[in-house]
Amino acid sequence: MNIAGWKCCSALIAVLALTPLAAHAGKTLDLVRQQGRVACGVSTGLAGFSGVDSKGNWSGLDTDICRGIAAAVLGDPGKVKWLPLNSQQRFTALQAGEVDVLSRNTTWTLTRDASMGLHFTAITYYDGQGFMVPKQSKASSVKQLRNAEICVQSGTTTEKNLNDYFRAQGAKVRPVVFESFEASLKAFFSGRCQAYTTDVSSLVSIRDKEAPKPGDYVILPEVISKEPLGPAVRRGDDEWFAIVKWLVFALIEAEELGITQANADSLRSSPNPAVQRLLGSGDDSGRLLGLDREWALRAIKAVGNYGEIFERNLGSGSSLKLPRGSNALWTKGGLMYAPPVR
Amino acid sequence: MRRPFAEFRRHASSRAFCYQLLVAGLALALVWLLVEQTGAELRTRGIRSGFAFLFEPAGFSIGESVLDFDAAQPYWRAFLVGVLNTLRVALAAIVLATVLGLCLGACSLTRNVLLRGLCRAYVEVFRNIPLLLQLLTWYFLLAEKLPSADAALNPLPGVFLSKSGLAFPWGGEVPAAGDFGIAGGGAVTPEFLALLLGLSGYGAAYLAEIVRAGILSVPRGQVDAAAALGMTPLQGLRAVVLPQALRLMIPPATNQFLNLTKNSSLAVAVGYPDLVSIANTSLNQTGQAAECISILMAVYLGLSLLTAAATGWYNRRQLRRGH
Ligand SMILES: N[C@@H](CCC(=O)N[C@@H](CS)C(=O)NCC(=O)O)C(=O)O
Repeated sequence: MNIAGWKCCSALIAVLALTPLAAHAGKTLDLVRQQGRVACGVSTGLAGFSGVDSKGNWSGLDTDICRGIAAAVLGDPGKVKWLPLNSQQRFTALQAGEVDVLSRNTTWTLTRDASMGLHFTAITYYDGQGFMVPKQSKASSVKQLRNAEICVQSGTTTEKNLNDYFRAQGAKVRPVVFESFEASLKAFFSGRCQAYTTDVSSLVSIRDKEAPKPGDYVILPEVISKEPLGPAVRRGDDEWFAIVKWLVFALIEAEELGITQANADSLRSSPNPAVQRLLGSGDDSGRLLGLDREWALRAIKAVGNYGEIFERNLGSGSSLKLPRGSNALWTKGGLMYAPPVR
Repeated sequence: MRRPFAEFRRHASSRAFCYQLLVAGLALALVWLLVEQTGAELRTRGIRSGFAFLFEPAGFSIGESVLDFDAAQPYWRAFLVGVLNTLRVALAAIVLATVLGLCLGACSLTRNVLLRGLCRAYVEVFRNIPLLLQLLTWYFLLAEKLPSADAALNPLPGVFLSKSGLAFPWGGEVPAAGDFGIAGGGAVTPEFLALLLGLSGYGAAYLAEIVRAGILSVPRGQVDAAAALGMTPLQGLRAVVLPQALRLMIPPATNQFLNLTKNSSLAVAVGYPDLVSIANTSLNQTGQAAECISILMAVYLGLSLLTAAATGWYNRRQLRRGH
């Protein structure tokens, strides 16, 4: 753990040891309103999910979720405080209250959901773990990587899956584990490891943005795990949990209903009651969440519906050109399905 | 009439003892309170707590280990592997740093201007560049500049140097080319090498200063006396100066050895699976930050106390022999 990690951890321990029960029960929503910003935990830089440009502007699918929350809750998608967190720091930062929402390519697992003081809200990207090797590698399948040295970042599900997979094959691997994302990439690209492993979408992003020559690397066909990624919130605040969860659902629902960034305003007068409910011109869906009736409208106008967010950051509108695949709407053969907003 | 209380108050030593007992009791109560409070707080926040996880299977592999380690083995064994990895690199670095430090310290005092200048320059440069930076430089130099495993350098028969590390004959086995790189014999990874080079290079610069100060503290007359007995400067250094200088050097050198051991926790930066790296992984897989960090603190405290005790013993022995 680096200095920031240590600081974060000791802060957590201090907070846990010193605050009597009632002191932290203050509702996240009140706090966010009072401070006029949503504190959002993102990665230290993973293009397409949460990447930062040279001017310090954050963009990506994960960052758009935070912008959407800020638009819904505060009326301004710009009112976000970004906290870059590496894989290890992320949960402690959430536990210690440094961030209100962790939107950082984080996999929903039982251990995390049940024992780390947090709740996953919804799934924003269905992913799986893959492997990247240099083009001239002897390995054309993951099975051929037995006994290989594989670069991996610590504090990830990746680290454990790697072991599970090779054990099931009766083989061993030698993980070379780095705390920082940057160091793990540098080691791989300098040839220290025979393969790099992480979520497939991240591999595509890394190859596109971080590789010295993207064409020199290939992603092997096997996907060895399920990595459903989505935002998480601290436990103990059901209202905030509901807000984040339903914000994601609203963005998915908007795509299903054909509401886009561009037509959201004009669709307010749509005769479809589902559209009206979502955009606040019919039943008031915001009141039940502690928000106003136009919460979803503002979010959609700020970042677009789920499909637009996807295409802009990861799909055809980006350099990654990831296919929608499992992340298409359920009506189009994918897994994206929002419970009814009613 | 006897007044037991007044007598007690007059009795300084038992009074002091009582106060100490009181303070110790208070401190213990405070610790207990913090532990209780933290535990209760963790429970209400839905964070698992307790040390039971140590007996569950770790589920992750460790890249290099002195012990055989398999992911099906429990967390406590993973921690043990981490401790041993820390000790392995720290001990090797202490030996290397000491040898290098002695040479540099002695060389900073030679009459040869060029040699002296070089040694002084080394000390200044290595002391003043942050260790983390040195580690990363060594690591990426090794990873970047060495050839890949299938084109390994072969400087001596049976010795291979490549991006996968240094392989050497060990236990009657000679390394040879395998599937992915060199297999068989003994091997250390580039992560280990970088850490070893970084820690010993940095530690040596500090030790050199300690050696120099130690030697300078031996009265000039002793050197002259050695010369008068017909000893060469090197003989004089070994037989007359160093034994006296050593006594002064031990306490600050202990400090450096401790620093070096603690600095080995920067290993995570270059991917070496030391105790901190393994505690980090465990912390992240289980979410039990408070537990993993308290284990870390306990181990480093234990190592420090052990080192201090060992050098204390050696120091007392030297002092006794010195008379
Ligand atoms: N989805 C996996 C992996 C997520 C992860 O942290 N991946 C790394 C490697 S791509 C990453 O995003 N690192 C960026 C950083 O540390 O800033 C998880 O939740 O454990």
